[in-house]
Amino acid sequence: MAPGSASSPSPSFPASRPWAAVGTMAAAAAAGPSPGSGPGDSPEGPEGEAPERRRKAHGMLKLYYGLSEGEAAGRPAGPDPLDPTDLNGAHFDPEVYLDKLRRECPLAQLMDSETDMVRQIRALDSDMQTLVYENYNKFISATDTIRKMKNDFRKMEDEMDRLATNMAVITDFSARISATLQDRHERITKLAGVHALLRKLQFLFELPSRLTKCVELGAYGQAVRYQGRAQAVLQQYQHLPSFRAIQDDCQVITARLAQQLRQRFREGGSGAPEQAECVELLLALGEPAEELCEEFLAHARGRLEKELRSLEAELGPSPPAPDVLEFTDRGGSGFVGGLCQVAAAYQELFAAQGPAGAEKLAAFARELGSRYFALVERRLAQEQGGGDNSLLVRALDRFHRRLRAPGALLAAAGLADAATEIVERVARERLGHHLQGLRAAFLGCLTDVRQALAAPRVAGKEGPGLAELLANVASSILSHIKASLAAVHLFTAKEVSFSNKPYFRGEFCSEGVREGLIVGFIRSMCQTAQSFCDSPGEKGGATPPALLLLLSRLCLDYETATISYILTLTDEQFLVQVGLLYEEGVRKAQSSDSSKRTFSVYSSSRQQGRYAPSYTPSAPMDTNLLSNIQKLFSERIDVFSPVEFNKVSVLTGIIKISLKTLLECVRLRTFGRFGLQQVQVDCHFLQLYLWRFVADEELVHLLLDEVVASAALRCPDPVPMEPSVVEVICERG
Amino acid sequence: MEDDAPVIYGLEFQARALTPQTAETDAIRFLVGTQSLKYDNQIHIIDFDDENNIINKNVLLHQVGEIWHISASPADRGVLATCYNRMSCGNQWEMGRKSFHWPITISCCGIYRKAQARLCQIYCIENAHGQLVRDLDFNPNKQYYLASCGDDCKVKFWDTRNVTEPVKTLEEHSHWVWNVRYNHSHDQLVLTGSSDSRVILSNMVSISSEPFGHLVDDDDISDQEDHRSEEKSKEPLQDNVIATYEEHEDSVYAVDWSSADPWLFASLSYDGRLVINRVPRALKYHILL
Repeated sequence: MAPGSASSPSPSFPASRPWAAVGTMAAAAAAGPSPGSGPGDSPEGPEGEAPERRRKAHGMLKLYYGLSEGEAAGRPAGPDPLDPTDLNGAHFDPEVYLDKLRRECPLAQLMDSETDMVRQIRALDSDMQTLVYENYNKFISATDTIRKMKNDFRKMEDEMDRLATNMAVITDFSARISATLQDRHERITKLAGVHALLRKLQFLFELPSRLTKCVELGAYGQAVRYQGRAQAVLQQYQHLPSFRAIQDDCQVITARLAQQLRQRFREGGSGAPEQAECVELLLALGEPAEELCEEFLAHARGRLEKELRSLEAELGPSPPAPDVLEFTDRGGSGFVGGLCQVAAAYQELFAAQGPAGAEKLAAFARELGSRYFALVERRLAQEQGGGDNSLLVRALDRFHRRLRAPGALLAAAGLADAATEIVERVARERLGHHLQGLRAAFLGCLTDVRQALAAPRVAGKEGPGLAELLANVASSILSHIKASLAAVHLFTAKEVSFSNKPYFRGEFCSEGVREGLIVGFIRSMCQTAQSFCDSPGEKGGATPPALLLLLSRLCLDYETATISYILTLTDEQFLVQVGLLYEEGVRKAQSSDSSKRTFSVYSSSRQQGRYAPSYTPSAPMDTNLLSNIQKLFSERIDVFSPVEFNKVSVLTGIIKISLKTLLECVRLRTFGRFGLQQVQVDCHFLQLYLWRFVADEELVHLLLDEVVASAALRCPDPVPMEPSVVEVICERG
Repeated sequence: MEDDAPVIYGLEFQARALTPQTAETDAIRFLVGTQSLKYDNQIHIIDFDDENNIINKNVLLHQVGEIWHISASPADRGVLATCYNRMSCGNQWEMGRKSFHWPITISCCGIYRKAQARLCQIYCIENAHGQLVRDLDFNPNKQYYLASCGDDCKVKFWDTRNVTEPVKTLEEHSHWVWNVRYNHSHDQLVLTGSSDSRVILSNMVSISSEPFGHLVDDDDISDQEDHRSEEKSKEPLQDNVIATYEEHEDSVYAVDWSSADPWLFASLSYDGRLVINRVPRALKYHILL
């Protein structure tokens, strides 16, 4: 009834009151499934308290929705709890209901409501049956389960009882057994202990013989182990005479063992690991460690000294000295390898010695290392020859690498640093060597040039032109420089192990190569050129002028192009900062200046020689006044204008200076008539030939006129020669 | 007032000889001797009025021959000596001492001392200049120092205690240097005249007697002057060429300082041009202050 009847009054509720419907349905559902209620009966009895609940819920819901009693009045007939006609109400009265139905409803409706009610009744019936059946099943199964459980438990109880009795029996037995075996047990343990002791004693008694056998067999390790094991016990019981005897024997044998070990150690024919083993054993035997240290080191020293001696033998003159690369290889692998091994073994063995031991090792390494380095340096000093550094660099590389590897071990000895120093020194020497080579090459070139200039010309064959000579000199110097740079560059190649050292990266490149080698060479070139320039002052023309010309041209070329080229090349190769480019230019200019001046000096000395002797007949001339007026109007001759570096300009400069000198000399003398005429002829002659060498022949005319005028002034009796006569004389000559 | 422009005076003849009237310390006076083979030679006494920049001249006749060198007596302003051509030695006019400057070509400098009417050679600088030495002069304020110039176009300064090497070399000229003169009071000023028609005034501070400039006494220092003298005395001034005078158009054969005004000098070229010049004012004040 509950679900069905709950649905029928609900359409009469307004939609705004679903909770009320739910509440009513819930109340009805709560009241529904009580099995006692008959179909269609008013739910009165057991629903006594239900209406109470319903009322409470209803009141609360109404409160929630805020609906007053007033609103509820607009609804169609709601569920009045006291309504006797309400099927679901508490006070349902069938008579009243039926009366109402009969009275109010039409027949069709009555029929409908009847069918409806029948249907509802049937539904409810079926529901109830289902429920009852289910419940009944559940009860049945529950009953069965409980019965089974009861049975099982009864069986278990029996078993438990049996288990209890068995356990009691076992406990009983066990107690009896242990009681019986108690004292036997004690005896057995005692016997076992004695047995172990006896075995130890047997070991001890047999120890001497066993040790002897071990020593004979050479199983030193084992012997030492035995000895170690027995040591403590013997020490403790040495007051007992039997033990004492054993101990003495053992000591004897141990001494012998130690001696043999030492012997083996000293022989040194065995390799390092065996020696290490010996030392280890000796240490285990309790030998004083310092002594062992000393011996070990002495022994190692012997071996390494042998290596050194063999290396030294290679340095000797009699057998042909092998490759420096081979030498360093041998040195590296033999000596350094040995040293590393020694160091490693030493540290392993004598690690317990602490800093004193390390000190000894360091001192040892240092001493031998210094001897090794001395040998290496000697060998490297022998390596003088050639411009090729590749072999040397490789050898140095290997040498350095070897000494870098055991760095950690020998760090205290500072061997790696010493090695780096040696390498640096060698590099510096090489640089100096190259510089010498370059200088020698330059001087050689100059000597060749001088020979070529001085060589007698073979008939029919032209001697080498100056331009050719210059080109040869320049190209040979450049090629020498490039070769040197290439050779030196090897020192900074990436594969070389020491190229990363700060010296090589910085100082070597900038100061060593750039400054020392290249700039030093260029400076020495300047100095040589300068010395050539300055020499005429002393003994008279020792240098041929052609050589000076060549040198000045060379210097000029260098100033303009080559120096920057060489320095850029150096910088690129050696990654140096460019700094001093301009200083070189200035110095070059100085040298070319001095060469310029030597021309003046040289030519003037030549001129002076020529005009020393006396003079012959005279020449026509202008009066004094006329020459002065002429001078007023003629341009002032700039005799000493700056000379550019081309042929015409240089020649013009030379001619100007020499004519000026002539003028000065003329002014210092006093001429007779014929002296004046001679001067006239000479000047005319010069005019005929000099004009083609100068850019401006007016210049020559003016200067020569000046000379003649001065000569005339210096003559107390000036009778110049006729111009035609002068011309005839000159043409004849 | 003072005008730094050069004053030029022309002689009609060639001239080589120039000297200041050494004993005259009030008026600026120069003596120039002419060198002409045909006409009578003269000695011009040039009086320079520095306030008005005017030259007054007096001409004396010197008929005995062309004058190669002239020198005035330092003691008596009325005495001078000339070397002329008729005779090969010098002559003195009135009483006085003989000149010690001979224009004879020599290839080494010999320094002589007159001791008891004999000349003893005490130093000899071999091969001082490449070919010929034209002139030499002693530093008036600093002993042992002298300057020489020659045909190698150089001016060399020597210390007689070490005659193997010159202390300094100047190579400013491009032809033979005929004359070198120290300023009598400020020996850093050195004049040189050469046959390249130039007169060069050089400042040889480093080998002068006051390489650090004029040092001021402590009593006279006020704050400003203190700073200035400190600045000056910080480092020696650099040697340099103060000025090159190119008023001549012919070889300059003689240059000399005036004995009256230490900032004035005269130079004489072969065409008879005498140019009187002054040391630049800025440098003069710099040296004085």
